[in-house]
Amino acid sequence: MARFGMVIDTRKCVGCMDCVIACKTENDVPDGHCRDWIGQRLQGTMPDLRLTITSERCNHCDRPPCVTCCPTGASHVHDFGKVVLVDHDKCIGCKACLAACPYDARFVHPDGYADKCTFCIHRVEKGLAPACVSVCPTHSMYFGDLDDPDSEVSRLIASRRHFVLKPDAGTQPRIFYLE
Amino acid sequence: MAHLSRRRFLKIAGFSAGAAAIAGGGTRTLQAMATRGPAGETRTVPTSCDLCFWKCNAIAHVRDGRLWKITGNPADPLSRGRLCPRGTGGIGAHFDPSRLHAPLIRRQARGEEVWAEVTWDEALGYVADRMQKIKATYGPEAVALFAHGIGGAFLKHTLKAYGGVNIAAPSFAQCRGPRDVGFELTFGEGIGSPERTDIANARCLVLIGSHLGENMHNTQVQEFAEAIANGASIIVADPRFSIAASKARHYLPVKPGTDLALLLAWMNVLVTEGLYDKAYVEQFGFGFENFAAEIATRTPEWAYPETGIPPELIRETAREMARHRPATLVHPGRHTTWYGDDAQRARAIALLNALLGSWGRKGGFYYPSSMDVPGYPYPAYPKSERGKVDNPEHKFPFASEAITTGIREATISGKPYPIKGWLVYATNLVQALPAQEETIKAIQNLDLMVVVDVVPSEIAGWADVVLPETVYLERYDDLNVELFRDPFVALRQPVVPPPGDQKPNWWIARELAVKLGLGAYYPWKDIEEYLDHRLKAAGHSLAELKQVGIVKGAKPPRYFDEGVATEFATPSGKIEFYSSQLAAAGFDPVPRYTRPVEGPPGSFRLLYGRAPVHTFSRTQTNPILQDAMSENEVWVNASVGARMGLRSGDYVTLRNQDGVVSNRVKARVTEAIRPDCVFMVHGFGHTARGLRGAYGRGASDSQLITRYVTDPLMGGTGTNVNFVTIEAGA
Amino acid sequence: MLELVTTRHNPLVDPSLHIWGWEIPVYLFLGGWVAGCMVLSGWLMRRGRAPGQGSVAYVLPWVGIVLLSLGMGALFLDLEHKLYVWRMYLTLRPTSPMSWGGWILILVYPVMALAALAAIPRDLLSGWPSLAAFAERLRAGRSLRLLGTVSIASGIALGIYTGILLSSLGARPLWASAVLGPLFLVSGLSTGAAFAHMIARDPEEESSLLRADILFLVTELALIALFLIGHLTSGAQHAHAVALLLGGPYTAVFWVFVVGLGIVVPLVIQSLMASHRIGHTVIAPLLVMAGGLALRIVIVAAGQYSHWIVP
Repeated sequence: MARFGMVIDTRKCVGCMDCVIACKTENDVPDGHCRDWIGQRLQGTMPDLRLTITSERCNHCDRPPCVTCCPTGASHVHDFGKVVLVDHDKCIGCKACLAACPYDARFVHPDGYADKCTFCIHRVEKGLAPACVSVCPTHSMYFGDLDDPDSEVSRLIASRRHFVLKPDAGTQPRIFYLE
Repeated sequence: MAHLSRRRFLKIAGFSAGAAAIAGGGTRTLQAMATRGPAGETRTVPTSCDLCFWKCNAIAHVRDGRLWKITGNPADPLSRGRLCPRGTGGIGAHFDPSRLHAPLIRRQARGEEVWAEVTWDEALGYVADRMQKIKATYGPEAVALFAHGIGGAFLKHTLKAYGGVNIAAPSFAQCRGPRDVGFELTFGEGIGSPERTDIANARCLVLIGSHLGENMHNTQVQEFAEAIANGASIIVADPRFSIAASKARHYLPVKPGTDLALLLAWMNVLVTEGLYDKAYVEQFGFGFENFAAEIATRTPEWAYPETGIPPELIRETAREMARHRPATLVHPGRHTTWYGDDAQRARAIALLNALLGSWGRKGGFYYPSSMDVPGYPYPAYPKSERGKVDNPEHKFPFASEAITTGIREATISGKPYPIKGWLVYATNLVQALPAQEETIKAIQNLDLMVVVDVVPSEIAGWADVVLPETVYLERYDDLNVELFRDPFVALRQPVVPPPGDQKPNWWIARELAVKLGLGAYYPWKDIEEYLDHRLKAAGHSLAELKQVGIVKGAKPPRYFDEGVATEFATPSGKIEFYSSQLAAAGFDPVPRYTRPVEGPPGSFRLLYGRAPVHTFSRTQTNPILQDAMSENEVWVNASVGARMGLRSGDYVTLRNQDGVVSNRVKARVTEAIRPDCVFMVHGFGHTARGLRGAYGRGASDSQLITRYVTDPLMGGTGTNVNFVTIEAGA
Repeated sequence: MLELVTTRHNPLVDPSLHIWGWEIPVYLFLGGWVAGCMVLSGWLMRRGRAPGQGSVAYVLPWVGIVLLSLGMGALFLDLEHKLYVWRMYLTLRPTSPMSWGGWILILVYPVMALAALAAIPRDLLSGWPSLAAFAERLRAGRSLRLLGTVSIASGIALGIYTGILLSSLGARPLWASAVLGPLFLVSGLSTGAAFAHMIARDPEEESSLLRADILFLVTELALIALFLIGHLTSGAQHAHAVALLLGGPYTAVFWVFVVGLGIVVPLVIQSLMASHRIGHTVIAPLLVMAGGLALRIVIVAAGQYSHWIVP
C-alpha cells in the first residue's frame, strides 16, 4: 500500500503562492480561506540574512492527532495512500481537530465541516499530481509514495538534507522540505 | 468565488470513477466524493493568458458550463505547461465583482465618477462625433492613444486609419525603455519582451535590483529556479533582501542610486586584472582602449564609499563572474526607470556583459526569432505632415519608442501642437505615470477622453466615455507572434461568454472605425475571418489554432556558435565600448557615475516593486488574487522600527517631500531592507470607489511619486527620487 | 532577529486560534458544576441522608439535570454542523475524549434522574403506581448507597473529562498538562460545594459542605501551582505557553479573577465562616462559582492562543 508524501525544495521555491491559488481554483476553496499557504522565516541581521520559504499545508501525519480526537470518525486515514481526509457528512463541526493540529492546517468550511488539504486525492486517484505540485512554476514540489524506495520523493529524501515542520510535535509529518 | 455545493457534489459524484493510482496503490471507486474533491463534466479550451504581458499560453477548464480553472499549455515555450500565480488566478478576472457591464457617458465634471449607462451605439456615436470635431479643428494628430498589451492592436489600427500618429505605452518611458536603449547603443539591439536572457543555461547570474520570484515573468522565474537547481552562482545587488537575494551566493546591499558605481568598479576589476574575454572584445569590440582608460580610476576602493559594498566583496564577485564567463549573465532588468541616468546604467550593464562575452553566447543573451506570419493587407494609412508630439525636435535623441510623458506634456502645453483627445486602452495612467497632478492637468485640457477598461479604474474615473471590454477569457485578440527562444504563433480565443454587455476590443475598434467612416480599413467582417486570413497566409488555419492554441516553428540558431551572424547594428558595426554617437550628441561616450541626490534628513528613499500575485494596479479586484494579497505593506528597517516604536502590522502613513500623505499602510518592520530606504509593492492604495475590496486598501507609491528625473538620452522618467517620512499611529 | 510571515488568513485560525468563544468555557464550567453536584449528592447519600429530610442531596440532581441541559445547549450552539450532532452517537471513538464526553453526558442523565426520582414525594407519583413503587425501592438504604457510589463515580468521570478534553489537544502546549483533568474536577467540586452550602438548609449539612469547599479550594490552589510548575519545568514549548499566565496577555485576568477573587478571597471568607468568626454570606460561594467560570474562560482562551512555537 502506498503512503503518499510530499517533498518541497526550499532552494528553488520563491514563495509565489501559485500552489495556494491553484488549490483554490482546483478545489473551490471558499473566499477568505486557504488549504495551503506560504510561510517565510527570516533570520539574521542585514546583510547576513537567511530566508526559508515553506509552502505549507496539512502534513498528512503518520500520527494524526486530528484523527484520534475526532468524535465521529469524520477525520480518518484513507486506506489509499494513508491520506488524512474529512468525511463532510460525518463532521459535526466540533473543531477539536482544528485545536489538535499543531500546523493549524484546518479551517471550518462555510458549509459547517472541518476542511483542509486532501492531497488532491481526486486527482491522485486518476494518476495526476496534486494541483499545487502540478502548477509549481519553479518545479520545487514533488509528490509520491514514501514507502516506495524508488519513488522520486524517497530518492530526494535519501539524497538531500531535509527537515519537517515542528518535528517535536510528534505527529510524524509527511511533507519534507529540502534545504 | 462560488463553489460547488455539497449537495450537487453528491449528485454528480456517482459519475466519477477511480483510475490507476500514481504509485501503484491500486484502484478504488469513489464512493464518497464529498470527502475528496470536485467532479463534473469538463471541457478544455486552449487560449492565452493576459494577466501580464508575457502572454503565456494556457488551457482553460470549464466545468458544467462554468469557468473552473486555467493551467499552462504544455506545448507552450513561454509557460512550459505551468502558469504563474497570477495566470492561475486569472479566472478571477471573469468573476470580478467590480467589472464594468455597460458603456458609460459622463454626466458630471471629470473625476467625479458619475456616469449614465448608454448603448454601444450611443457611446461610440458620441466618441466618433467628438473625434470628427477634433479632426476638423486641430487635425487627426490631436487624438492620442495610450495602449498597453496585445489588446490594443485594433484600436491602434483604427487610430492610424483616422490619421493619428501619437501612440504610446508606459512600457517604454516608465519601464524597460532605458534598458533597451542602453543595449541598442552598445549591441545595436534591445532586449525585448520576453527578455532574450538565457537564464536557464547561466552558470553565474547577476541581478541588479531585479527581483525575480517577486516579479513573476513566467519563463524567467522558471529558468531562475533551473539555474538555482543547476548550482549557478547567483549575485544580487539590491537595497532590499529580496527573494532572489535569499537565493544568492553573494548578496550586496547596495546603497540606492549607486548601482552604476558598482558596475564601473566590477568592470575596473575585470579589466585591470585581465579577467575579461579578450578574444571576444578584440574580435567584436569598438573603442575598448578609450573605455579602459575611462574606467581606470573606478576602482573598488573608489566605489566603496559610494555603494557601501566593501572592495574585497566587489573584487570577489567580479572574479566570480569572470570564472563562469561567457555563461555569466548580468541581467539587464525590466523596470529600469529609477534615477534619470538609467540608459547609461543599462549601457554599463551591457558593457559588463560585453566584457564577459555573454552576448550571443549560451548562458548569456540568445538571439530570438519569430514565426513568419504576414500582417493583414490593409489600405495604406494617411500620412501626417506634422509628426509626433512626444519627442519634439528629438530632444531625447535615443528614444526608440514614443514617450507617454511627452504626449502628456504636449497635452498640457499645446506644443508643438495641441492634443485634444485621449483614447486609453488597458493602462491605468493615473497609477502608471509619475506625478499624478500632471496627468490630471493634461486631462483637463482635453475635448475627449475615452477609456476602454474592464473595471472602473482611476483613469476611467477621468473619462468622458467608458467602454467596458470583455476580459481575455471572453474574447479573441490578435495573433501572438513574438520574438522568443522558439518561434511560435499563438491564439487567444473566447472560453466563456461575457457576463454583461461588454465587447471585445476588436469589435469596439471596428465599430468606431465604421462610425468614423473608415469602414474600408476593416475589410473583414469579424475577427475569425481576420485571424484565419493571417494564419492561412502563414500556412496554418484558425480551425487548427483553435484546437491546439499554439504552433511552433523550427528551432532556430540562438548563439554565435550555432551560426547566428556576428553583426551589430551600431554605427561601428561592433560592440561599442566607446559610443561615438553618444559623444556626438553631447553625452558621456563611456558611462560616468554621478552621486544620487540625497533626501531631506530623517527621510527614506521610496522604492517600489512587485508582488508575485499582482500585476501593476490591474489585478487588485480579481477576487482570487485579492484573497492572496489584499493590501501592500511598507518595509521599514528593523532599527528604524525600533527607534520609532513600530511593530510589524502597525498602520502608518507616509509623507513625501512635497507634503503628499499616503493612505494608511501596514508597516513590515524587517531586517530585510537597508535603513536608508523603504519599499512597497506597486499597485495598491486605489482611489476609485468602484474597485471593490481594493479601494482604500494599502498605499499607492504612485501617489507619492510627485517628482521624477527625465533621462536625457531617451525620455524615461526616473522615479526612485522621492523621499518619505513615516508617521505612526494611522 | 527572527521574523515569521505567513500568508494564511483562515477565519477562527489566524492570527491565532480562536475557534471557541463563550460556548465551550460555559459548557465546561456547567459540566464541572454538574460533576460537583453529583459527587456531593452521592457523598451525602452514602452518608445516609434520606429523601424527605430536606437534604441538598436530592436538590442537586434536579439542579444538575437543568445545568447539564444548559451546558449541552451551549455545546450544541458551538457546533458548526449542528444538524449532524446525532453522528456523535453512532459511534464511540476510544481515542477521542470528545466522543467519550458525548457518551458521558448521555450516561450521567439517568444517574441524576434516578436520584431525582428518589426525591419525589410519594403523593406526587400517586397517578403512576409502578413509578412510585420503583421510587420506593430506590429509597431503600442499600439502593441509595449504590446510587450514591454510582453518582460519585460518574461525577468524577464527568469532571475529569472536562479537563481531559482540552489536555488531549496536544497542539496547544498550555493545555498539554495531566493536571488539567484533576484541576477542572476539583474546580467543579468547589463550584458544586459552594453552590450546595449556599442553598443548604440543614445547618449540619451546610457546615460540612462549607468545610468540604475549603478543602477543594486549597486543593485547587495546589493543583494550579502544580499546573504552572509542571509547565515551567517541561521544556521550551510549555514554558512559552505558561508565560501567557506569568507575564503575558492573560496574566492579569488569571491572577485577579481566577486565583484572587475566585479562590483566595472566598477561601479566606469561608475559613472565617467555618470558624464562626463571621456569619454566613452568599458572597463567598458566588465568588467561588464566578471563579470557576473565569478559570474555564482563561484556560480556554489562553490555551487557544498558545501554539507550537518554532525556535
